[in-house]
Amino acid sequence: MSTGNMNLTLKIWRQKNNKTKGNLVDYKVSEISPDMSFLEMFDVLNEDLISKGDEPIVFDHDCREGICGACSMFINGRPHGPKEGITTCQLHMRSFKDGDTIVVEPWRASAFPVIKDLTVDRTAFDRIIASGGFISVNTGNAQDANALPIPKVQADSAFEAAACIGCGACVATCKNASAMLFVSAKVSQLAQLPQGQPERYRRVQSMVAQMDAEGFGNCTNTGACEAECPKGISLENIARMNRDFYSAKFVSEEDI
Amino acid sequence: MAGFGNAFSSSIGKKLIMGITGLFLISFLVVHCFLNSLIFLNDGGLTFNIGAHFMATNWLIRSMEIVLFAGLLAHIVQGFRLWAQNNAARPVKYAVNNGAANSKWYSRSMGLLGTLLLIFLIVHISKFWVTSRFTGIPTVDANGHEDLFAVMVETFKNPWLVALYVFSMGSLAYHLLHGFASAFQTLGWNHKKYTPIIKGLGFWYSIIISVLFAAMPLAMHFGLIK
Repeated sequence: MSTGNMNLTLKIWRQKNNKTKGNLVDYKVSEISPDMSFLEMFDVLNEDLISKGDEPIVFDHDCREGICGACSMFINGRPHGPKEGITTCQLHMRSFKDGDTIVVEPWRASAFPVIKDLTVDRTAFDRIIASGGFISVNTGNAQDANALPIPKVQADSAFEAAACIGCGACVATCKNASAMLFVSAKVSQLAQLPQGQPERYRRVQSMVAQMDAEGFGNCTNTGACEAECPKGISLENIARMNRDFYSAKFVSEEDI
Repeated sequence: MAGFGNAFSSSIGKKLIMGITGLFLISFLVVHCFLNSLIFLNDGGLTFNIGAHFMATNWLIRSMEIVLFAGLLAHIVQGFRLWAQNNAARPVKYAVNNGAANSKWYSRSMGLLGTLLLIFLIVHISKFWVTSRFTGIPTVDANGHEDLFAVMVETFKNPWLVALYVFSMGSLAYHLLHGFASAFQTLGWNHKKYTPIIKGLGFWYSIIISVLFAAMPLAMHFGLIK
């Protein structure tokens, strides 16, 4: 990798584990290429720390191509940093200036406890999915694609909801640490398709109940989640989930 | 509530209560603002006092007054509960949080704005509602109606109260600016055709109501309305 000319001061959250208190620690990195991704800059810093005999900074990362949602970093007060519609791995150092000070913190929510440094436990999302974010079908050969006609507009809308990668940026940026955008995307991707209908009203009740049990906050419609979502999930999904929830609670006779 | 499970205690249910009571209070403000705007007729408060007399004596209005206080109380209690829960959902705060990058400051400050309005309401209710319902309005006007207009003129001689009223109407404007459209979103009314209309209505509603209300103490204090 070509060496560059950026020198930066980093203030990074270091925390040993869930039991201890963390704090911001200052680090200097030099000769950073503007073409590096933010995570590659972290790799350089960690190599440096390891060579000095210090403990490297623990952070989540996986695909590094913007589709897995693992790289959870709260950079200068915004999830995934200053650019819109991307995850941290797609953020490049050219988005910063030489001499900048960058503050990096983990997602902060009681439902996302810190495991170590910048890595948080997001299994609360998995438990919400397990509570109802699925359809029950018998296995066998796939049906003919045209057996169930679905209007294009509806298919597109379901697909847009399905673009959610479960990164947790919505929770991280919400002033209430609410998970409504995530849960509504997972409800909406199925609620708009015929395959999702049999369990539609059970699903929304179960998933909302699990979301509340995990200790996420209550939505106050600030819209911060939609603005920060790397996949552009819309607030329309939250309204749809609210409608489905009211239908389930006040119209359907089955209470979950 | 039996049979409805966690419909009202769930996070969505709690917001439903905020939305419905909020819209109810919004509808109340229309009536309140319209009747008070009768002072702008500048007829020494004669027409305004007729309106005030009707509001004080009509049985339907008096019954709705109980519903209004219940709705207001529910909105306040639920608001504080939501604020406490939302605060607890993030026990460790961010060292740096650039909220301005993704949302309006007033949408993130509904609890603060609501608390300012509560302080205002305590002063406002003790000045006018308690006077008209309990301690009694001292004088009558030319029509023989209780002269609530005279109470207003007297109250707004105090510049500190005028300042409090004008500042509070600023808080009200921002509270409504978020609250109006937010209530519809909570009710699930997000629609490509209607949402832009709701947002436009909410904007103008917030501005018009707040400016009219703020103009009343100012106009009286500076002697434009006598």
